[in-house]
Amino acid sequence: MTNNVSGNAAVLAAHDISKEVSSPEGSLTILADVSFSIAAGATVAVVGPSGAGKSTLLALLAGLDLPTRGHVVLNGANLGELDEDGRARVRAESVGFVFQSFHLVPSLNALENVMLPLELAGAGDARKVSLDIIEKVGLRDRWRHYPAQLSGGEKQRVAIARAFATEPAVLFADEPTGNLDSRTGGTIMELMFELNRSSSTTLILVTHDHSLAERCDRLLSLDTGRLVNDSKASP
Amino acid sequence: MKAVTFALRSFGRELRSGEVLVLLAAVALAVAALTAVGFLTDRIGKAVARQANEVLAADLRLRSQEPIPDALSDKAAEFDLQTAETNTFPSVVFAGDLSALATIKAVSSSYPLRGNVRVADTLFGEQRVATGVPPRGETWADGALLARVEADVGDRIMVGELELLVTAVLTYRPDQSIGFASLAPSLLMNIEDIPETGLIGEGSRVGYALLVAGDEAAVSAFNDAVETDETSLLRVSNREESSDRANNAADRAQRFLSLTAVISLLLSAVAVAMSARRFAHRRMDTVALMKSLGATQRFVISVSLVQLMLLGALGIIAGSVVGFAAEETLSWILSDLIASDLPGVGPMPVILGSGSALVLLAGFALPSLIQLRNTPPLRVLRHDVMPPAPSRILVAGLSLVAVAALLYRSVGDARMLVILLGGIVIIAAALYWVGRALVASMGRFRSGVGVAWRYGLANVARRGRDSAVQVVAFGLGLTVLLLLTIVRTDLLQGWRQTLDESAPNHFMINIQPHELESVASIYAADGIEVPEFVPLVRARMATINGVSVKEREYPDPGGQWMATREANLSFAARLSSSNEIVDGEWWPEDYAGPPLVSVEEEAAVETGLVVGDKMTFVIAGRELEVTIASIRKINWDSFQPNFFMVFSPGALDGMPTTYISSLRIEKEQQPVLIKLVRAHPSISVIDLDSILQQIRGIIEKASLAVQAVFVFTLAAGIAVLFAAVQSTIDERRFESAMLRALGARKRTVFSGVMAEFAALGAAAGILASVGASILAAIIAAQLFDLPYEFNPLIWIVGVAAGVLVVCASGFVAARGAVNAPPVDVLRAA
Ligand SMILES: Nc1ncnc2c1ncn2[C@@H]1O[C@H](COP(=O)(O)OP(=O)(O)OP(=O)(O)O)[C@@H](O)[C@H]1O
Ligand SMILES: [Mg+2]
Repeated sequence: MTNNVSGNAAVLAAHDISKEVSSPEGSLTILADVSFSIAAGATVAVVGPSGAGKSTLLALLAGLDLPTRGHVVLNGANLGELDEDGRARVRAESVGFVFQSFHLVPSLNALENVMLPLELAGAGDARKVSLDIIEKVGLRDRWRHYPAQLSGGEKQRVAIARAFATEPAVLFADEPTGNLDSRTGGTIMELMFELNRSSSTTLILVTHDHSLAERCDRLLSLDTGRLVNDSKASP
Repeated sequence: MKAVTFALRSFGRELRSGEVLVLLAAVALAVAALTAVGFLTDRIGKAVARQANEVLAADLRLRSQEPIPDALSDKAAEFDLQTAETNTFPSVVFAGDLSALATIKAVSSSYPLRGNVRVADTLFGEQRVATGVPPRGETWADGALLARVEADVGDRIMVGELELLVTAVLTYRPDQSIGFASLAPSLLMNIEDIPETGLIGEGSRVGYALLVAGDEAAVSAFNDAVETDETSLLRVSNREESSDRANNAADRAQRFLSLTAVISLLLSAVAVAMSARRFAHRRMDTVALMKSLGATQRFVISVSLVQLMLLGALGIIAGSVVGFAAEETLSWILSDLIASDLPGVGPMPVILGSGSALVLLAGFALPSLIQLRNTPPLRVLRHDVMPPAPSRILVAGLSLVAVAALLYRSVGDARMLVILLGGIVIIAAALYWVGRALVASMGRFRSGVGVAWRYGLANVARRGRDSAVQVVAFGLGLTVLLLLTIVRTDLLQGWRQTLDESAPNHFMINIQPHELESVASIYAADGIEVPEFVPLVRARMATINGVSVKEREYPDPGGQWMATREANLSFAARLSSSNEIVDGEWWPEDYAGPPLVSVEEEAAVETGLVVGDKMTFVIAGRELEVTIASIRKINWDSFQPNFFMVFSPGALDGMPTTYISSLRIEKEQQPVLIKLVRAHPSISVIDLDSILQQIRGIIEKASLAVQAVFVFTLAAGIAVLFAAVQSTIDERRFESAMLRALGARKRTVFSGVMAEFAALGAAAGILASVGASILAAIIAAQLFDLPYEFNPLIWIVGVAAGVLVVCASGFVAARGAVNAPPVDVLRAA
């Protein structure tokens, strides 16, 4: 990874970002003047009640969508200055995702799903790297299986393997355990924290689970589109 | 490169998972229909063309006033073509003391190259197909000629200095003129006997002809080769240049066939567009995911393109195999109608089918796939965000260009293309807007109906735009199905009626004015309706607008031929029912002013004549000046005697006039003809029955072909309906599982779905009925020159078929969805 950010320099920064959407009742502000910066390697929990704007924030930070005002700097790139393909390239190089509802490509098997971002980023030894990481998430014997043949927890493991395969600078996870039972969710989170430690990836985690949020370095609390609390959780 | 690997890797799975199968099936069906229709129309077109060529007794005829140089037949041999030679000239023949003018037709042994000569063993006896040509020393003579010289089979006839034995009555030869060019009845003899007749020499009026036939490509190559070193003595006449009834019929047959091919094509296009839309929709999630993982637009579009191409290739292979098999089966079934010695069709239909499939995909599938490129990556978090809809102008433009490109090949006529495209666009737009109106009005009925109907109508309303699109699709499919069934039957019937059983089957020519009364009384005595007698005056055109016809320049070589040959003039106070004025005006019935003339349209165009032009004719040594008052179109199908030049009443008074007439004589009435020619030996009777039979054969073949091809069109239409229902199937599966999870009974869910289809079907049926009626009237008037009578059956069948077909397809397609177990709700996404 070409990563000119080192040590404690900010890998991700939001500068006064707002998001307005048009609704039948006129323009609606769903995110208002949010600013923060996150150091490389940190683990950050984004919390707040349903509808607070957590997913919206995540989308803006990852460049899936653009803010109405303000800008996001991700791994040294100002996302607002890039076109869609430019943002895609940044994602390919430095971002990983884990979603609540897994989002695997149904027509590709587990291994091919993990290989996908590596190939998009142009990595040479995609297959070997992917097999290694699949082994790490404990699915060595299942790599030939298609998503439809895997359970929810197994699908999420594949998704995590896929997210970490490119050793991204930042990993975004939107309620990764939301669709899983608490025991499976616990194992999945262990896996994520462990991979985070071993690859020094920055983790941005949206969650409703307080115990999970407690384990993070930092807590961002959102309410109706505003950042109401930014606290450093004690390790 | 990455894109190709990715596309290939996921393609197999996508195919297996069945999501792509609908699109693949639509493409395959399009190719199958196109190749089969292509193969079949090609073969039948050739069969029909060959039958039409019979009127030349060849594929190509070279004529000259001088003996045809041997070099020409040698050249034809180089091209691997069959040849025959004929000499035609008028001569008086004798039998005992009696004599009569005959058209001598001397032919070489391979005559005729196309069609058959028919003979009978006695006057008006049973006809049979003759083998070969009369041997040397023998002749087959027209019954009218034999009657005139009071001879019969077994008697001897003197042709010039040669005595020939009559061995049969000539009843039909394929190249006999059914006009009035050859007034005298013919006598067929062997060309090798000609020198001994001593009739050919300086000053004799002999028409020499070389007949050529063989492989289509070779004939046209030979034709080109001849035309480049054409001498002024030669006239090359081939099928395109002659314009008689058989050609007219062949032309219509091919139009019917291409109309059917066109409709199959349109239906396939609709099916492809609909299934591509679904295909793209299903891929949206994957595309959003790939983009969130860093895929660029180019990557996304490349993957789609590669997969589209793979689909196309698979569809083409599957379709070609099916199409070829179907064609083989069909032509085996039709084998007694399609001449077996037709040249093989070769790979051309497959190539055309494949090319058309690619155009179809580019025009109808590509817009949906291009739209995929713009799928926002945000969709991974918010499932409801959609890519902006592709520009309507782009979609409409692309599909119109594709349709035009596809249609042009089968229509081959810009006017028909414009009419068809216009009809399609108007119906689609009307269907769409009425569909939207219907969807909008659904809400009103919701309160007064049971839960099932409420659910069904709510579905129609909620799907808004989609429902309207479905109405368009159903409506278009139904329109063409209606066109094909009811309208086709109507058109075919109208066409047959132009050749109905009461059509005249005999021509009488060369009736002298003083004979009219006697002829009428002979018919009246046998209880046959006395026909109308039409006057005929032989003349030569001398000048046009003061310029000699020999020096004038003509827009078309046919014009020169028309102006310089001997002309047959007529006069009339009233316009014949089979004629129609296209320019200028017909004179009043009591007109008595200076001579006026009405000219046939095609002759006027080729000769460069317009209303107001002045011509002079030389008639029996006298000159007559005449002004063109009108231009007429003639319906040649009518079998009425018709003339290129018709004069105003009185204009030809005092000129040597004979009369002609057409009438119907049934088989059992034929003895009257013997009486007639015995009493009036100078009158010639021409039997049209065999020609009529030939034309009916063409029509029967054509209708049969259309019906056979119709099978494919029907399949394509059903594919459209299925594609439309399929496009909502996932949604339905989820909804029904959810409703049933909420406690709804299967029956209730099912009735709701059926209510929805019934509403959609009725709307589509109404619109299709309107569309089909309008299109039918346009097609009938513009393309077939037939009057079209509005058929109320269209409405009943249209709406009933709309409801039935949509409900039936809906039943088959939605049954699986309704039966989806409620637990599926949990498995979604
Ligand atoms: N494109 C949009 N149009 C209209 N409203 C939107 C749009 N995007 C988000 N919203 C609204 O913005 C608010 C915040 O949405 P968001 O999905 O970010 O919430 P969230 O914090 O992720 O909630 P949850 O915990 O339920 O996932 C919601 O009220 C949502 O309805
Ligand atoms: Mg959310």
